[in-house]
Amino acid sequence: MGKTLAEKVLARAGGEKEVSPGQIIEAEVDLAMTHDNNGPVMINQFNRLPGAKVWNPDRVVVIIDHHSPATSFRAAENHRTLRKFAAKHELKHFFDCGEGVSHVILRQKGFVKPGMVMVGSDSHSVAGGALGAFATGIGATEMAAVLARGKLWLRVPETVKITLHGRLPVGVMARDVALFLLGQFGPDGLDYKAVEVHGSGIKGWDIEERAALCTMGVEMGTKAMMVPADEVTLVYAGVAQDLGYVPDLDAQYERDLQYDLGGLAPMVSKPFLPTNAVPVGEVLGTRIDQGVIGSCAGGSLPDLEIAARILEGKQVRKGVRLIITPSSKENWIRADEKGLLKILKQAGAVVSSPACGACGGYEIGCLAPGEVCISTTTRNMPGRMGPGGEVYLASAATVAASALAGEIVDPRPYLNERPAWVS
Amino acid sequence: MILKGRARVFGDDVNTDYIIAARHRSQTTDLKDLVQHIMEDIRPGFYESVRPGDIITGGHNFGCGSSREHAPYLLKEAGIGCIVAASFARIFYRNCINLGLPAVICDTAEIAEGDQLKVDLDEGVLYNLTQGWERKTGRLPQIMQKILREGGVLNYISRHGDFEVKGS
Repeated sequence: MGKTLAEKVLARAGGEKEVSPGQIIEAEVDLAMTHDNNGPVMINQFNRLPGAKVWNPDRVVVIIDHHSPATSFRAAENHRTLRKFAAKHELKHFFDCGEGVSHVILRQKGFVKPGMVMVGSDSHSVAGGALGAFATGIGATEMAAVLARGKLWLRVPETVKITLHGRLPVGVMARDVALFLLGQFGPDGLDYKAVEVHGSGIKGWDIEERAALCTMGVEMGTKAMMVPADEVTLVYAGVAQDLGYVPDLDAQYERDLQYDLGGLAPMVSKPFLPTNAVPVGEVLGTRIDQGVIGSCAGGSLPDLEIAARILEGKQVRKGVRLIITPSSKENWIRADEKGLLKILKQAGAVVSSPACGACGGYEIGCLAPGEVCISTTTRNMPGRMGPGGEVYLASAATVAASALAGEIVDPRPYLNERPAWVS
Repeated sequence: MILKGRARVFGDDVNTDYIIAARHRSQTTDLKDLVQHIMEDIRPGFYESVRPGDIITGGHNFGCGSSREHAPYLLKEAGIGCIVAASFARIFYRNCINLGLPAVICDTAEIAEGDQLKVDLDEGVLYNLTQGWERKTGRLPQIMQKILREGGVLNYISRHGDFEVKGS
């Protein structure tokens, strides 16, 4: 019987000939990531293990992204704790303030490869599925155990196959597809499931666009959201195709679902769940105080490009703050080379250094009670950007256009003209 | 393992920010301070009302949201002995087991606040002693039961060095 991609990856990592859903395996970890938010707790727990050593310093990546550059005295202490830990255990792969969001760095610096088992002490670690890895989030204590042993137990998940057909209309982005799917399944609709994404709909998408989709998968409960490796993946990752990177042709799926992207409208997730997704038409005219383009699920080069295209030569509405946080140093540099940052700043945006930024509502871009924000970030639960604030989630195009209007608008009319610099 | 306690009833989609709001996490690292704020946005005064061994019951998707461990850690710290829910968010569930807080999947309909509950982890049965009924629960795989008995994954590794997953 054929096996899904998740089953093939977990069989390989578990040293089994084959595995089936429900089976518990012990998987070898190919890559482990922790960051400044959960890393300090992880380190405390790790130090409780007698004589613990990191099982393989070359397979561990430590990244400062959540409170970066240090946004409080406490954050500064946590950063110092991480730096000391990395030095003590000779962890070479350490990314300090300003490098960007962990999930983005992991792929752009070449750490994530197809067919890997990757764990991160962050729920959005599922982002690694964009490259065909089995990538998932775990807690800080479990990460301490992984760092000591290089292994963890996993229940082999059932796999749901999602095939996306057709071509997205202009002004409708991968992020809209993510919100649409969240709306279809609800907050636990795919809990514990592996999802495989297939179809002509994503063939033309680059890795950043695939990541925008996979990253948001966790908001409907997915354990892993994987795009089987194709030409785009192989070129990006610099590897040759392998049977371990794709599902068997006769793989058995729990569900096999098809969606057509051709008629999709821009989507907006209303407060207070990412799965509260509706077509933008249902929330037109909602007054906003702030717009945010950034996070592991926004702030990519395609996001910055479409924002610049919409904002070029115009001004953000008076009274609205637009905060743009490129998701990595690489994205920042490429956007700068293309002249995008200048366009964004001239339009009135605040462009901040690569980090998680306003997503977690820590100390950057917070909302006052009653304020409303439209954002490309990952979550909109109550208080996410500050107690009493309301967050609507949308694509970079919808955020940029709404920042011009001062209220939620459909971005499509803003994209009728195609500037000469758009490739 | 057999656990007994009073039911403390919650609904669907209890997210980790309800269990402990982010605003407190960014203000203090002192767990003694933090624990006083559990559930305060949806059940003011909850911490003061907890008696050791209380059993939280939830609906679907208990513990959704961030992967931060403060949520299960603080519930355990407050004296909660077990969580029974119709379903759990994946990472929260793993965190519970790895921190040594029993989490059991079971239909929780009709359980009322204050009902005396008994959970038999080995047999996989939930007893409502007040209402006089019993229900089968999801059974924990052997490896997870062993981790729970040791009080969490770190204790387990410290004592046994490694897991024995095969055959569990």
